[in-house]
Amino acid sequence: MIGYALAFGFGALGLALAMNLWRLFKGPGVADRIFALDTMVINVIGLIVLAGIAGNSGTSFEAALLLAMVGFVGTVAYAKFLLRGDIIE
Amino acid sequence: MTGGVSLAEVVVSALIVLGGAFALIGSWGLVRLPSLMERLHGPTKATTLGLGGILVASIVWFQFVRGEWTTHELLVSVFLFVTAPISANMIAKVHLLRLRQGDASEPGGPAGEPLPPAAGVDWATHEAPQLGTPGDLEGD
Repeated sequence: MIGYALAFGFGALGLALAMNLWRLFKGPGVADRIFALDTMVINVIGLIVLAGIAGNSGTSFEAALLLAMVGFVGTVAYAKFLLRGDIIE
Repeated sequence: MTGGVSLAEVVVSALIVLGGAFALIGSWGLVRLPSLMERLHGPTKATTLGLGGILVASIVWFQFVRGEWTTHELLVSVFLFVTAPISANMIAKVHLLRLRQGDASEPGGPAGEPLPPAAGVDWATHEAPQLGTPGDLEGD
């Protein structure tokens, strides 16, 4: 039963990643592309957690936490650069 | 209920399906909605909530399989729930700035272009920093 649920979860998150990739290429603005990248990072965190459940290993949380932090910092850095022309003033 | 399927397994499966469905709906909103201010709603709310469901499923699963209580997932979910509105706010500010500069060209949605917050008042992100706030360079 958990196998079917995991298969559905992997499929849903993979489809969501494909949709985000479409938005990343389509645009139409820079803000859209930043937002698509941010959403891709969130979906990849979900994939890592699902892989941790499927592989029954507890070592993937560090990767998920690290990706959450790096994704947030990356989004804010992109936005700050577009807003101010500089990241750290 | 068939034999061999425990309650924890049912709960974990339901949470994974729910979380995956919410994440998919959020990304579908990112593709489908017409303007950026509307597109911001999908991933910031639905996808974050879906990921919260998957993380709770992971907590229950490791509690059930190994009998150990892990709080790593809670850390990840708290971090995501705190940072999602901040990054959405930053992206909305970028969008407002590029609309003002004329760099963003996209069809307006049903809600239309973002209006000023009140008559005679501009958005705070366009105004000069006020005295005593971190962006105020003269008061440093």
